Amino acid sequence: MEEKLILFKNRKRFGIEKNIDIIFKNTTLVLSSLVAVVLFGIILVVFIQSFESFSRYGLNFLVTSEWNPVKDEYGAFTAIYGTLVTSLLSLLITIPLGVGTAIFITEDFVPQFVREIVGSFVELLAAIPSVVLGLWAIFVMEPFFRDFFAFLHNFFGWIPLFSSEPAGRNSLLAIIILVVMLLPIVTSIARDSLNQVPKKLRNAAYGIGASRWKTIFSVILPAALSGIMAGVLLALGRAMGETMAVTMIIGNSNAFSWSLLSPGYTISSMLANQFGEADGSQVSSLFYAAFVLMILSLVVNIFAQWLVKKFSLKY
Amino acid sequence: MNSLYYQKKLSRNVGDKFFTSLSVFCAFIAILPLIFVVTYILIKGGAQINSDLFTLEPNPPGDDLDAGGINPALIGTLIITTIASIISIPVGVGGGIYLAEYSNGGPFSKFIRFGVNVLAGVPSIIAGVFIYALIVSTKILFGSMYSGLAGGMALSILMLPTVIKTTDEGLKLVPNELRYASLGIGASMYTTILKITLPTAFRSIATGVVLGIARAAGETAPLIFTALFSYYYIVGFEDLFYEMGSLAVLIYNFALEPYDAQNKLAWAASFILVISILTVNIFSRILAAFTQKTKRV
Repeated sequence: MEEKLILFKNRKRFGIEKNIDIIFKNTTLVLSSLVAVVLFGIILVVFIQSFESFSRYGLNFLVTSEWNPVKDEYGAFTAIYGTLVTSLLSLLITIPLGVGTAIFITEDFVPQFVREIVGSFVELLAAIPSVVLGLWAIFVMEPFFRDFFAFLHNFFGWIPLFSSEPAGRNSLLAIIILVVMLLPIVTSIARDSLNQVPKKLRNAAYGIGASRWKTIFSVILPAALSGIMAGVLLALGRAMGETMAVTMIIGNSNAFSWSLLSPGYTISSMLANQFGEADGSQVSSLFYAAFVLMILSLVVNIFAQWLVKKFSLKY
Repeated sequence: MNSLYYQKKLSRNVGDKFFTSLSVFCAFIAILPLIFVVTYILIKGGAQINSDLFTLEPNPPGDDLDAGGINPALIGTLIITTIASIISIPVGVGGGIYLAEYSNGGPFSKFIRFGVNVLAGVPSIIAGVFIYALIVSTKILFGSMYSGLAGGMALSILMLPTVIKTTDEGLKLVPNELRYASLGIGASMYTTILKITLPTAFRSIATGVVLGIARAAGETAPLIFTALFSYYYIVGFEDLFYEMGSLAVLIYNFALEPYDAQNKLAWAASFILVISILTVNIFSRILAAFTQKTKRV
């Protein structure tokens, strides 16, 4: 190591060129550390701003659902509950749909070009801005599902989840639009992990007489499981932070309700709705809610990355 | 006795058929949203396209006669994404160069790569909240509160991880022989990077960056309380320091208006936004497929 350094210093090169080299390296070093600065900056700034609300309400903020700027009482339970319920339920629908689509793309049921078209259609869906999906949800999806929701309420009204009269904008619509947004994420990551499973495994399974789907369920899916799990977690993080489409369709009501057919709230839609006009301790409470959202999505994201590293395919 | 022939009724064959059709059904459901969204945007938005749309200011909601055009929002989107690019491309490409060319897999570069992934997962509205606290509420930019500049900064936070990642991965694909050859004939490290490796990886980096810009152009959440919205033409440089409209925020605001004229304007803005984003995406896809076939060594 030291020898190399001496060699470097003894090289016949103009001093200025050496300096430029060093300056260039250090510039890129500083630029790359800006990522860490921004990340810690975000955490720090949001935490400091939420401190006033944090010290006043403590952890009660998380379990009360009073949100009243007039009385200066704040609790974000409805929004936190809405965030978790919409993201988890939408994920529950997306996982089978996305993995099924990924299997369709990686298996050879149909000719290659059809699969490629399906694959790019799903990926292009990810490129549609969420605000456009929100617009579409308001004017196309909501009227389309109206009768179905009425049916749900009439026949399954005894289940608490469908117990209220269907509102024009409600949590279930938000869940459906979230499925549309998560589908590309889950599908493309599941497809990549399925593609990474070595051909040998498949051939071995076929060789001992397993049928196609026996092979998929017993060999290929378990081998790709860690990748798919990581994709699912990334999608969960995305669902929790998703703002625009959800804000436009969820109805934005802070009244707590078990029913998915009544208007709801998520943390991000609360931020989108109130941040512009808030003042005083409401701002601090909103920052507190933002901090909760950030911690939730950080935990999910870091766990996803850990999962990828820990269980990445070792073939 | 027929056990060598394919037997339809066998449970494994019935099960296979069932799951295969289930998978085909999933794929069918999965392509429906894109088809429906794009069709509606083409029909509803395409019908609103005329020359007034590109030249007029939007009228404030309320007078139900004529909604006007989206000129300020269109220009605003161009300006805000340009600001975001000006900030995030140098930082991202520089950071990516460090990760791919200088770092040797030590804890620092591992940490930065981890940070890039975490930053990519930060909800977009948090970027808006951050810039609001840092710039809008402190009025640090020459006393202006909501401004196009602040909006551009919020977007740049979202673009940064994309740019770093594509640079890092693009540079890693450059064969080491090129670096050895360049260093071997006496070029310094920075000459090698600027003259050999970066130009070689240019196409893949550029594709990733353009896709990142297209993505940023449709982002709404970071803008709604940083750049806010404006109904008026952008006339001069000083408008950077005031509220600035954008297509995305226009769609959000006008979709929630009860008036039909404003809703139509939202569809028209969606048409322009989606067509440009899809064009960029499809074009880069074709380019990538083309590059793969004619790959130089």
